Amino acid sequence: MKSMLLALSLLLLTACDGGLWNDPYPADDAGKSILYTAFTERPKHLDPAQAYSENEYEFLAHIYSPPLQYHYLKRPYQLVPLAASEMPSVRYLDKDKRPLPATVAPNHIAYSVYEVHIKPNMRYQPHPAFVAEKMQLTAADLADIQTLSDFKQTGTRIVTAADYVHQIKRLVHPQLHTPIAGVMGEYIVGLKEYAATLQAASKSPGFLDIEEYPLSGVEVVNDTTYRITIHGKYPQFAYWLAMPFFSPMPQEVERFYAQAGMKERNLTLDWWPVGSGPYYLSENDPNRRMVMTKNPYYDSETYPSDGEAGDLQAGYLADVGKSLPLIDQVVFSLEKETIPYWNKFLQGYYDASGISSDSFDQAVQVSVSGEAAVSDEMKVQGITLNTSVATSTMYTGFNWLDPVVGGNCINSLSPRERAGVREDVGNCASAERARKLRQAIAIAVDFEEFISIFANGRGISAQSPIPPGIFGFKEGKGGINRYVYDWVDGTPKRRSIAEAKRLLAEAGYPNGVDAKTKQPLVIHLDTTANGVGNKSRLDWIRKQFDKIGVQLDVRSTDYNRFQDKIRRGDTQMYYYGWNADYPDPENFLFLLHGPQGKVKQGGENASNYNNPEFDRLFEQMKNMDNSPARQAIIDQALEILRRDSPWLWGYHPKQYVLQHSWLHNIKPNIMANNKLKYWRVDAAQREQLRSEWNRPAYWPLALGFVLLSLFGVWMWRVLKKREDAR
Amino acid sequence: MIAYLIRRILYAIPILIGVNLLTFALFFVVNTPDDMARMQLGVKRVTPEAIEKWKQQRGYDKPLLINSVATGTSTLTDTIFWQKSASMFVFDFGYSDDGRSIGREISTRMGPSLAIALPTFLVGLLVYVSFALLMTLFRATALDIVGVALCVVLMSISGLFYIIGGQFLISKLWHLVPISGYAGGADSFKFVVLPIVVGIIGGIGSSSRWYRTIFLEEIGKDYVRTARAKGLSELRVLFTHVLKNAMIPILTGVVVVIPLLFMGSLLTESFFGIPGLGSYTIDAINAQDFSVVRAMVFLGAVLYIVGLILTDVSYTVVDPRVRLQ
Repeated sequence: MKSMLLALSLLLLTACDGGLWNDPYPADDAGKSILYTAFTERPKHLDPAQAYSENEYEFLAHIYSPPLQYHYLKRPYQLVPLAASEMPSVRYLDKDKRPLPATVAPNHIAYSVYEVHIKPNMRYQPHPAFVAEKMQLTAADLADIQTLSDFKQTGTRIVTAADYVHQIKRLVHPQLHTPIAGVMGEYIVGLKEYAATLQAASKSPGFLDIEEYPLSGVEVVNDTTYRITIHGKYPQFAYWLAMPFFSPMPQEVERFYAQAGMKERNLTLDWWPVGSGPYYLSENDPNRRMVMTKNPYYDSETYPSDGEAGDLQAGYLADVGKSLPLIDQVVFSLEKETIPYWNKFLQGYYDASGISSDSFDQAVQVSVSGEAAVSDEMKVQGITLNTSVATSTMYTGFNWLDPVVGGNCINSLSPRERAGVREDVGNCASAERARKLRQAIAIAVDFEEFISIFANGRGISAQSPIPPGIFGFKEGKGGINRYVYDWVDGTPKRRSIAEAKRLLAEAGYPNGVDAKTKQPLVIHLDTTANGVGNKSRLDWIRKQFDKIGVQLDVRSTDYNRFQDKIRRGDTQMYYYGWNADYPDPENFLFLLHGPQGKVKQGGENASNYNNPEFDRLFEQMKNMDNSPARQAIIDQALEILRRDSPWLWGYHPKQYVLQHSWLHNIKPNIMANNKLKYWRVDAAQREQLRSEWNRPAYWPLALGFVLLSLFGVWMWRVLKKREDAR
Repeated sequence: MIAYLIRRILYAIPILIGVNLLTFALFFVVNTPDDMARMQLGVKRVTPEAIEKWKQQRGYDKPLLINSVATGTSTLTDTIFWQKSASMFVFDFGYSDDGRSIGREISTRMGPSLAIALPTFLVGLLVYVSFALLMTLFRATALDIVGVALCVVLMSISGLFYIIGGQFLISKLWHLVPISGYAGGADSFKFVVLPIVVGIIGGIGSSSRWYRTIFLEEIGKDYVRTARAKGLSELRVLFTHVLKNAMIPILTGVVVVIPLLFMGSLLTESFFGIPGLGSYTIDAINAQDFSVVRAMVFLGAVLYIVGLILTDVSYTVVDPRVRLQ
């Protein structure tokens, strides 16, 4: 009883700070321009040379300033300068480094030179690495240092072009794992050799000063200008310049973190980034929360003055010309489970939220016409819904190396390619059978039903690998996969099961039975989905195959084994997905490019699809600028893919985001990771609504107290009576 | 007793080596160093060279247990097992596969784990014993029957239900405490109240029934009859005599778990957003971070051994007849 009273008293005392009892944030934060959001998994890397995941970019895109970024409001996605003062100029050179006109055919271009001019006087976030005396710390100096904020003295300095060049060199630093080192090694002149040079240099003990080693493909022109020379023409290179890989990195920061005693305290560049972006990481406790605070030296950007039609009416242009960022601090709390996240959002303690399947019916109602809108319960709270189709694709691939579902007709291959093809997969008749089998399965597996049942309607059926919003995607009749859909009454209509059965019979499997062996056809699907949670999905996919009489054998396996099977080509069908690195069709079509096959070349083509005609069109298209000519080539390439059907094209997921009424300027932008700087919160409104929604109910405490007291009294009386009776 | 303790500590060394070997074998049966590298490096654009480099930098390019190309002691020491295990015996846990100091992480996370586990344990023990004594006091009455039935009901419900139900009722509906989260110092109070209450309620059923059984066994003994015959009140009989004599079976179950309180609770920490050691372990398993997994298993084994030794010592405290030799 005493401990209960003590607990009650402490609870009442905490309530006396004027805050709400269930407010998870310090009372001092009330009314401040702070955005509250969450993260579900701690980021692995915060070094811009190593980070590549979405949850890492959520932080890094605000901390670092690469030369370019995506326009926040305009669609289709468009690159605009961020740290660059203007879009980089590109010069083309022949193999003797003589200039070429901009209109020259890509195959004549030996080198492209990107000249980047950065804005003058941009400054880094406050950091102890910019204080000269902090570069020679002794054990005694570090005795009281547990975290970066324990360094009381901080400094800053102006960002220079040399910092950008330094970061490009870091992409092949022997102690770092840069995911794009391989890709960039193919393009940036001298980078591959530079990697070997650094590898050799790293064998000497001590700090590796990469500035001692020049890289031929990058050049500092002056304090605000640098050049990057790449092999050939590669228009997609500009997209890479919008990623943190190409952010500036001050050399002194590396030296600062390399000092003895730093790593033991978890003080590393991979954990405490140092950038020149709108925010800096002021608190990094990934077990609990991470806080980004406005960089006091960031003054180089204002809210965009133009967008697309309708932005003005939607209120997206209310803050035109204001200095960015509009929010002073962003608090990310670790929230591993969806239920607490969702409930805290409803209480107003998170400003925006996605929608899990558990909460979907509570949050969203779908009209007869298929339009999604927030439920009445959400409307009462002023919550609004934003939807957008992700630039990603979720597909089911066939393994081209499998003799039943894959394989090319050997006649379509070049003599060199023929040499490596097994007889059983090079047979033209069996390739044709496999093609018809794939087409039949593509018709049978009803992804519209899948989206409706398992994604609550959050997605659109894919007609090709290219999602909406990416050049090459076509709306309407011209954009449908005519091998699976017919165009009926202005909408695509999936072909009938009878049609699928006909194709199956033509493939040599009438009613799902092999006409030669009289054995039922069994297709194997490899997936990491297992357990009770995925049973309904697996049952559903079996049912789809049942429609045409084909048996599906689901081989559930763990992630490691699954990856291993994919690498060895030991699958027939498998589930996969791809998120765009950048909004260009090349970033999707390369997943089916023959020379990037997973088994032979270790590339990203997990289906090991190989069609020389498609490869030729891909190679022709990949270095072209967006134009009608490029669209025509993409159309041809997509026609080949749809006919060959190396994937069940699956679906493109739709993102649903709920936001409270006090949050402004939230326009869905799938490509931009640095969106938070444009957002604005009305903190006063948030405080008022939180107070209304979270008034504590005192009666349960009072009732509990009364009941316990009554029980105590009753028990005392019974015991006393019993003792008296003795 | 000192000789006994030294002997027990020496026994612990082969046990810890065995635990280490078992963890090592189980981990590497399921995961290869290549799998670990792929898990850390992600799925996109990972080259075989990057995987080799990752393994080399973290020492996973060595043979697992025996280095057949090495000579002398290097046959055993130039292996993954030796490199990753030997230092742990001096409590040097090294770095996780993502480059963070494990020792520092453990010391940071121990506090939040204890902030939940210790009050849950202490208050819980008080509540369970009190409730069990109450049922014993009113044995064979309606209150006892209702109490036992309540215990059966409570122990039949999943722990997850208590967590979600507690969050719904106390946090969402009544707005009395935050649903999840954690803060350091005095601010932690409002965050730990709910997990503690949920933890205590979740344990009432099984623990109180167990203690009730112990007390009922004691209450039928001769010394209790003698105490009653001497005219002692029922309350005094229970609290002075029965409780004291029931301490040995209670301590057997209780003292052994005290050191393990440091290890935290997996489910509670995950749902309440408590940055403790329970969530650290499960995150490491999910991330296939062997360095963290072996450190946590080793620490758990050490604490369990400590718990067993403490249990033995506690017997001598509550029962003077017990001698440790």
